[in-house]
Amino acid sequence: MGEGKVGLSSLKGRHFVDALDLSQAEYDLLFSLAEDIMESPQDYAHCCSGKILATIFYEPSTRTRLSFEAAMLRLGGRVITVADAATSSVAKGESLADTIRTVAGYADLIVLRHPKEGAAKLAAMYSPVPLINGGDGAREHPTQTLTDLFTIKRYKGRLEGLTVAFCGDLRYGRTVHSLIRALALREGIRFILISPAELRLPRAIVEEILETNPGLGLVETEDLEVGLSEADVLYMTRIQKERFFNEEDYIRLRDSYILTRRKLEGAKENLLVMHPLPRVTEITHDVDEDPRAIYFQQARNGMFVRMALIASLLGVV
Amino acid sequence: MLKVDRIQLGIVLDHIQAGKGFLIFQELGLSSRKEPTALLMNVPSSKMGKKDMIKVSGVLDLDLTKLGLLDPGITVNYIEGGEVIRKVKPGLPERVVGLIKCKNPRCITSTESYQEPIFTLVDKENKEYQCHFCGERVRV
Repeated sequence: MGEGKVGLSSLKGRHFVDALDLSQAEYDLLFSLAEDIMESPQDYAHCCSGKILATIFYEPSTRTRLSFEAAMLRLGGRVITVADAATSSVAKGESLADTIRTVAGYADLIVLRHPKEGAAKLAAMYSPVPLINGGDGAREHPTQTLTDLFTIKRYKGRLEGLTVAFCGDLRYGRTVHSLIRALALREGIRFILISPAELRLPRAIVEEILETNPGLGLVETEDLEVGLSEADVLYMTRIQKERFFNEEDYIRLRDSYILTRRKLEGAKENLLVMHPLPRVTEITHDVDEDPRAIYFQQARNGMFVRMALIASLLGVV
Repeated sequence: MLKVDRIQLGIVLDHIQAGKGFLIFQELGLSSRKEPTALLMNVPSSKMGKKDMIKVSGVLDLDLTKLGLLDPGITVNYIEGGEVIRKVKPGLPERVVGLIKCKNPRCITSTESYQEPIFTLVDKENKEYQCHFCGERVRV
């Protein structure tokens, strides 16, 4: 195993519910370990032998759940899963705390996805085993942040001094919230926030990141073209139907931004087009052929960096 | 002016913002006490113009967090032998458990009712607290 494991012992037994639960140094160590796993997967193929990961999903998920499960299986561990917890334990009236305490008796590590904001924080209070937030409502999705930062670092070689444009649903997009808070800590970062007025980044997050980094560059616009010409990274997001109480609002806003190959003509040659997936209409399929579109590589990177996270929280590296 | 006798043993809540005395009286459950208890409203004050006061005779276990939340400017005077032996200004509490309800319908505390809401003071000037779970901010 490579140098990536140095210092990771600090992660053993910890929860990961918020993007800021890890220091910049810990993120960098996880990225080194993930690189090492990508280069020498055979060295890690049995490190979680005898360990069990439980995935509890109260909301539908394809990528996150499969990514975690594939990650654990590739580390030699086993997986137990509740893919639709909302119709099983909740239907019987069981509290989240009781579900977590019960499952913690079966597994060494838990991944939780829940539609309510702060669910992972509450669950972690009752979990005697490490708990990972697999997404809680519109609030946080820290392992997507891990994926996104790892991807930017792999392709750009750095996380500092970048102009990062976020486009789409910045109000309810939990992947955006987590990534912005983590990136704001890096030096020389500039954000371009592109969204309809109704879906702007919550003021509390704007205030928080400006407090964290008063020198942060931040532009808010409704014009995608502005972001495209200046960005090093363009982070597209889906307008999420499930976050709206009112379907009329969703229908009105869902096609606010559509990135096409033609629109990319005005962008930098070395731009990275990222997306947490699933994509609906916001990126046309012809963009997939553009070498700047890296969202499928991004999804694959997520599995390797989740392997690094699982191994570190279990203390097996 | 209205006169209320000095108390020998008890608590005097002073510098209550005028108009808030009755609310604090209710919130502290003072109406059910057997000992002499007085609520004074609109008392002339050199600093505040008008203020409310509460005098409680006997032993009372005060929740200073709650009191600070209800009126951060309040002064608690502990009386023994007819003299003030200790003054406490609770101020706005840094952390509040179970006293503020999160108004965000998407917050986990809206459905997991066994969990007491936890709030942390984030903006003293604007009396703003933040929910530990969902991050929602509320003014008290």
